[in-house]
Amino acid sequence: MLEKALQGDKRYWTWIGILVVLMAIAGIFYIQQFNKGLTITGLSRDVSWGFYIAQFTFMVGVAASAVMVVLPYYLHDHKAFGKVTILGEFVAIPSVILCMLFIVVDLGQPMRGINIMRYPTPNSLMFWDLIALSGYLLLNVVISRVTLDAERRAVPPPGWIKPIIYLSIPWAVSIHTVTAFLYSGLAARTFWMTAVLAPRFLASAFSSGPALLILAVFIIRKFTKFEPGQEAVKKLSLIVTYAMLINVFLILMEIFTAYYSNIPEHMNHFQYLFFGLDGHNNLVPWMWTSVILAVVSLVLLINPSTRNNNRTLGFACVTVFLSIWIDKGLGMVVTGFVPNPLGTVTEYWPTIPELFISLGVYAFGLLLVTGFYKIALSVKEDYQLKEEKHKKVIARTSGA
Amino acid sequence: MSIDRRKFIKMASAAAAMGLSGFGAFERVLAEDIIPEELPLTGKRWAMVIDIRKCAEQEDCHECVNACHFHHNVPDIESREEEIKWIWKEQFHNVFHEQSYKYIDEELGHQPTLVFCNHCDNPPCVRVCPTKSTWKRDDGVVMMDMHRCIGCRYCVAACPYGSRSFNWKDPVPDIDKIYEGFPTRCKGVVEKCNFCAERLARGIEPACAMACKHDALTFGDMADPQSEVRKLVREHYTLRRKPGLGTEPQVYYII
Amino acid sequence: MQDKSKIVIGLLIFLVIITFPIWYNLAGGKATYRPDLKYVTDAKECVAPTDYMTSNHMDLLNEWRDEVVRDKDRVYMSFNGNKYDKSLTNTCLDCHSNKADFCDKCHDYMSVDPYCWDCHIIPEEVH
Repeated sequence: MLEKALQGDKRYWTWIGILVVLMAIAGIFYIQQFNKGLTITGLSRDVSWGFYIAQFTFMVGVAASAVMVVLPYYLHDHKAFGKVTILGEFVAIPSVILCMLFIVVDLGQPMRGINIMRYPTPNSLMFWDLIALSGYLLLNVVISRVTLDAERRAVPPPGWIKPIIYLSIPWAVSIHTVTAFLYSGLAARTFWMTAVLAPRFLASAFSSGPALLILAVFIIRKFTKFEPGQEAVKKLSLIVTYAMLINVFLILMEIFTAYYSNIPEHMNHFQYLFFGLDGHNNLVPWMWTSVILAVVSLVLLINPSTRNNNRTLGFACVTVFLSIWIDKGLGMVVTGFVPNPLGTVTEYWPTIPELFISLGVYAFGLLLVTGFYKIALSVKEDYQLKEEKHKKVIARTSGA
Repeated sequence: MSIDRRKFIKMASAAAAMGLSGFGAFERVLAEDIIPEELPLTGKRWAMVIDIRKCAEQEDCHECVNACHFHHNVPDIESREEEIKWIWKEQFHNVFHEQSYKYIDEELGHQPTLVFCNHCDNPPCVRVCPTKSTWKRDDGVVMMDMHRCIGCRYCVAACPYGSRSFNWKDPVPDIDKIYEGFPTRCKGVVEKCNFCAERLARGIEPACAMACKHDALTFGDMADPQSEVRKLVREHYTLRRKPGLGTEPQVYYII
Repeated sequence: MQDKSKIVIGLLIFLVIITFPIWYNLAGGKATYRPDLKYVTDAKECVAPTDYMTSNHMDLLNEWRDEVVRDKDRVYMSFNGNKYDKSLTNTCLDCHSNKADFCDKCHDYMSVDPYCWDCHIIPEEVH
């Protein structure tokens, strides 16, 4: 099947070329980081996690979101998702790989990363996160490979894959839950230490992931002959709507609790995010952008006429994705460190090398998605063609 | 260890520290007080009591900080973002911000207060470390194994006291004078106060406590009812940082 | 498989290139070269037999490291009942004070780059 990824037109290869160039640039910056240390990033003694860890967290969400197509399709036999399920799984696999890469580029001693496995430490959530992520990767590789292979040969998938698919459903929820526990178990950081962090992560994942999938469907329609089905888009858009509503609801819960309780340690972080603290307000314009995008997305999604119009739906999906990316990929991690345990504010902003390394990691992810989608879509296009031919033959024979 | 020997070492250290403060032109200092085959100091629960009233009387005194940073090859990095510190001074209202208030005595509010690793009984940094690079010893010292640390900085996020520093770059060029009695660090690992574990092993008290000429720092075994530290917490009301978190810090402040 | 011959030739060229250092050294007569380590101490014996130290000193040092840092155990009882301080810079370098002619020479030959010296300070008299 792999050879399908190596056949493409000029447009395909240009796209691949751009991604490879971005990866090469990131490689050069990473060599610099490897030799000089994380000093080339904007991180500091006070804000010791930043852009890399935030991207890791965001991508765990995207990876987990595949469950939003897997669950209805396999558990409820929801036929509309028949053609998009593999697309969801093929987003999940590169996403998990990206998560791991973002952790690796964040390590001070990447060559010793293997120590997590040499000295397994069950009391550390990072240990469990590694297990959750690698298990999820393995599950998705096996499931997508087996189901796609069955589809290629036009036979039903083998029976033994069913329990593995069922296992992948709670497993998807677990990866984002454990990732939330990484933060929410820290008494030192009041911003993260909230029981709704895991539910919030899941809600934001289940809106941003399917939003990405809808956009992927639109792109696929534009560039290939494969039709994933409007019914799937419709159902996905409902999932995005509900998940985004729950996400915004949970954020409002957080804000109520912090401000009504009036505990300074809880308010300070939100103060920093939305209004600035002690004259430091790097994130303020971004967070308000996120708020506006969230409002716009909800208006477009809740209203059936705009939700069912592909053009406005596409725009709504972009706003959902960006709003959540700003919230999780910029604000969430950094704000846990502001103010620091001694009450002083040190601000963080990613540096050029940091951004390019992240961009390169994303380019690698896009390269994987492109390759995987190419394979899946070639198989599906073949299948679609065969089906059409078959129908024509039937029509001809029955007509004669 | 007899009191005489303790005094002797204290004097020897003081002499070395004077060499450090500019008179000695040598770049490297020999490990003058590492005496092998000395019996280690043993305790069940090492702790430190800091009398910040005594620090207040000596405004520009940095003896303890200098001694610690010298004896552990802690680099002197200018950038606030990347600095490494094992022990340093912060204003009282920052150290105890939940116990500070608007009408607090101005002097106390701005009083420079020593902070370093609290060697918690229930250390959150140890709980989160994915490689057991940091752990609590049976004598209460929260140790770091810089050989094993992968630099994930989870412990930095978990410490409620900001006691941990990360080596954003190679620290060696920023060490003024290399002290041979203790290794330096490489880039990409976390470090912090180790309660002078290497000195306890040789029967010597922590460098900061020994360097203090004003008796502001008292080191000892809190589990021993006869110890000096126990006596101090019996006789004075002491504060600890963020006691509500349940970490049970073992650095006590007399204010 | 009409490209069989091309593949075989390609593989051969690859093999020649990656084994080039071996041919080069053989041709230059350096194949039998061994680093000549100098012993500069009066001490009669090491903390363990020489054979063991030659092949396993890194394991011993790793053990020492873990025991000192993690188990507070600093005293090493050697095979013949002598006690040593488990210390690279104090015990090992005390006898092998010629680091450049002893440690480095062999490490260079073996092309290994132990990171001990990144942090553990080479005493002045050795440096």
